[in-house]
Amino acid sequence: MNRAAAPRHRSLHPVAWWLWASGLAICAMRTNNPFLLALIGAVACFVVSVCRSSAPWSRSIAFFLRIGVIVIVIRVVIEILFGQRGVPGHVLFTLPHVPLPSWAEAVSIGGGVTSESILNAFVAGLQIAVILLCFGAANSLASPYRLLRSLPAVLYETGVAVTVALAFTPELVLSIGVVRQARRQRGIPIRGVRGLRGVAVPVLESALDRSLQLATSMDARGYGRRISVGPGSRRLASGATTAGLLLVAVGLYGVIDSGSLFGLGLPIMAVAAVLCGTGLALGGRRSARSRYRPDPWRRPEWVVAGSGVAALAALSVAHGLNVAGLTVSFSPLAFPNIPLLPIVGILVAVVPALVAPRPMSPAAGQGVGDPAAVEPGTPVDGGRPASSEPDLSGARA
Amino acid sequence: MIRFDEVSFTYTDAARPTLHRVTLEIPEGELCVVVGETGTGKSTLLRAINGLVPHFSGGVLAGTVTVDGRTTKDNRPRDLADVVGFVGQNPLASFVTETVEDELAYTMENLGVPADAMRRRVEDAVDLLGLQDLRDRSLRALSGGQQQRVAIGAVLTASPRLLVLDEPTSALDPAAAEEVLGTLARLVHDLGLTVVMAEHRLERVVPFADRIVLVPGAGAPLVDGSPEVIMRTSSVAPPLVELGRLVAWDPLPLSVRDARRVATPLRERLAPMTPPVRRAVSTVTTVVARTRKLSVSYGRVVALDGVDLSFRPGEVLVLMGRNGSGKSTLLTMLSGARRPTRGTVRVDERDPRSFRPAELIRRVGLVPQDPGLLLYGESVEAECRTSDKVSALEGGSTARTLERILPGLPGDRHPRDLSEGQRLALALAIVLAPAPALLLLDEPTRGLDYPSKDRLVEVLRELAEDGHAVVLATHDVELAARVGDRAVVLADGQIIADGPARQVVCHSLVFAPQVAKVLAPEEWLTIDEVRHALNGAVPV
Repeated sequence: MNRAAAPRHRSLHPVAWWLWASGLAICAMRTNNPFLLALIGAVACFVVSVCRSSAPWSRSIAFFLRIGVIVIVIRVVIEILFGQRGVPGHVLFTLPHVPLPSWAEAVSIGGGVTSESILNAFVAGLQIAVILLCFGAANSLASPYRLLRSLPAVLYETGVAVTVALAFTPELVLSIGVVRQARRQRGIPIRGVRGLRGVAVPVLESALDRSLQLATSMDARGYGRRISVGPGSRRLASGATTAGLLLVAVGLYGVIDSGSLFGLGLPIMAVAAVLCGTGLALGGRRSARSRYRPDPWRRPEWVVAGSGVAALAALSVAHGLNVAGLTVSFSPLAFPNIPLLPIVGILVAVVPALVAPRPMSPAAGQGVGDPAAVEPGTPVDGGRPASSEPDLSGARA
Repeated sequence: MIRFDEVSFTYTDAARPTLHRVTLEIPEGELCVVVGETGTGKSTLLRAINGLVPHFSGGVLAGTVTVDGRTTKDNRPRDLADVVGFVGQNPLASFVTETVEDELAYTMENLGVPADAMRRRVEDAVDLLGLQDLRDRSLRALSGGQQQRVAIGAVLTASPRLLVLDEPTSALDPAAAEEVLGTLARLVHDLGLTVVMAEHRLERVVPFADRIVLVPGAGAPLVDGSPEVIMRTSSVAPPLVELGRLVAWDPLPLSVRDARRVATPLRERLAPMTPPVRRAVSTVTTVVARTRKLSVSYGRVVALDGVDLSFRPGEVLVLMGRNGSGKSTLLTMLSGARRPTRGTVRVDERDPRSFRPAELIRRVGLVPQDPGLLLYGESVEAECRTSDKVSALEGGSTARTLERILPGLPGDRHPRDLSEGQRLALALAIVLAPAPALLLLDEPTRGLDYPSKDRLVEVLRELAEDGHAVVLATHDVELAARVGDRAVVLADGQIIADGPARQVVCHSLVFAPQVAKVLAPEEWLTIDEVRHALNGAVPV
């Protein structure tokens, strides 16, 4: 069999998708202009609709979309019921006012509802919804399994726990169906509290059985093998990681709120990233793991991640230049400015729809050697150095 | 390769040791089969090889187990992963990753094998186990045989010297089981691997074995030796061996081929006799249940395609076919759990979906593949009481049914502590107590040893004589041959054979029992039939 002719279908590095989505999400955090927010949401949805595979997780964007709508509705309803009163504006309608005792003055129930307050509430809800949508987009585009595979070695064991949980959830749902059917077969009601217990006990018992079997298999297959390293290296690793994480917290604050930390947000983040990286690399030395066919990071990955960063950069520059229309208020009621630079920046984030390699559908995915799956010009399996250590091919010879 | 030196093992809180002063040596390059009844400690023995016992199970181990020069005392299972490949009973529950290729690489990643060697070994395993078309597939979308092959490949890539497999074929149809066993035999012959496996269905493995270890249980010493020697006296033996013992063949044939070579005189002796006629139920005109042009699809997958069947009282119908051929779906449809995509199902001239649960259990009883699903009470007694209550039976009815199926089951036992056979008996009693006219059993022999199977055969025959219509979906051709009146073979959701069990089974390449294969073209199915015929003809 010609091995070079059997490439695994190429899907974009999951970290690239997460960088792209994070760029958009941070953009959404830094503006409350509803037009910009809507544009960010539209870009995210468009890229997902073009680039997603047919894997189960690729439908999760719909779920995030629904959550977003619920967030907006809740935000507006709360504003109508408990919103602050006494702010001047155009009263749309008046709810009956409920007088509260003096110690609860901060809260008011009912009263006049202005169109300004509703608009402000809507925009605040929209902002959260769009941020959620960006994460939904990353979820839909990047395989959670491949993302976990690209975790640093030291976080690998946590990653496995998450992988296992991800894989078991659909099976749990299946086994609930099986147990409910068995219940019915015994003539026992499957509704109500007693029915619930009758379903839950066998489902949990079988889940427990399976996890024990899985743990056995993982142990027998070398999970958790360790190499001993000196205590100094271990202390250095945890020190660097802790310091890095603390700086991330500080830097994140600076990135989101551009007014604070004298604009040092990004530099602090960079230092934090280096520290964390050092810590993880040092910690990873303890595990003997190697990695099978890691996802490559090639030009499309750079472009996709870059487009997210470009959108964020454009918005940050606009902030620096104090371009009008990034932060808008609807009291008094006015049509917001539509700033050009951020719009151009956000539109750059559509680029992944053009450059990201198309994932194959699972049905077509078994097509061995589908030329569409190979990036032209990249050696698929070129230049394997010969190794002298014994393996199966040696044993067969 | 493997040495057990005076090994005793006691589980925490157990009164008696599971292994008692076991001394055993398995040399390199052997295919060794561990046999014995349920609960005698076969799994414990296997798990002691790579240290899962006691490192993972707890309990106290005395003596030493040495594998390839390393003791399990000083090496945890994970440290032995490069020497011992361990494959558990349920491959699906042992998969860690999502796709076939990642699973093949998983052990090597843990061992820190360099990337280029890893890539090469995965390709080798893919070629060796025939996984070319599956490499990008999700593990959960594979058939049982494919999953088992991937599980073997996943430990093989670490190039272990030794494979340990715990009942690798228990969930597989006959063809898939042959495929897996053939693969293992090839690994032993071509690569010189040592393979140790436990297996209930001896008829499948004895021809491949170089050595058999018999675990008698109850603290009695292990017996080990070549298959020819062990099979002469073993309490568990495949039908082929029993046939050999019956007619005193020497040497004892272990494969169908060997038996056929010496069976000519026996065939000539049996030629003038006719096998006993199983009850001809096709003359019975009453029908308990019927399907008409029944089709069921799950999404784009067609599970049943235009199935016409009727089920008559007093008949044991065995339903056979490869994994995923629609057997379970057919049983599910008869129990009214789903709406047919096309066609009709009628039980008692009514749609089974229209029955309320209390009405349903008096008409259709289904014992699912895992009988434990039916059980969730605190004790055997509590299960029986619940069953009496929901079925509105007089107190003690279920307990009496249970007593008839399996006498002497302690009532205070927790259902989870029962053996597979006992659990099946309890589930059967619960399903049978309301006396359903139609009894459906889905793969009841998984994990059953020979005595439990004998008991099941008796019970099913009694039930049929009482006028129940029994439908048994099974992969176990020997069981089907012993109990079936009528056999139906499904393939891709369609009926490809329907007729008297004797004809259907004898004329199949895959589903023929060993006795039939040896005595073909005469249509004898079981050792008992032959024994009766011979005893009647030539009194011993």
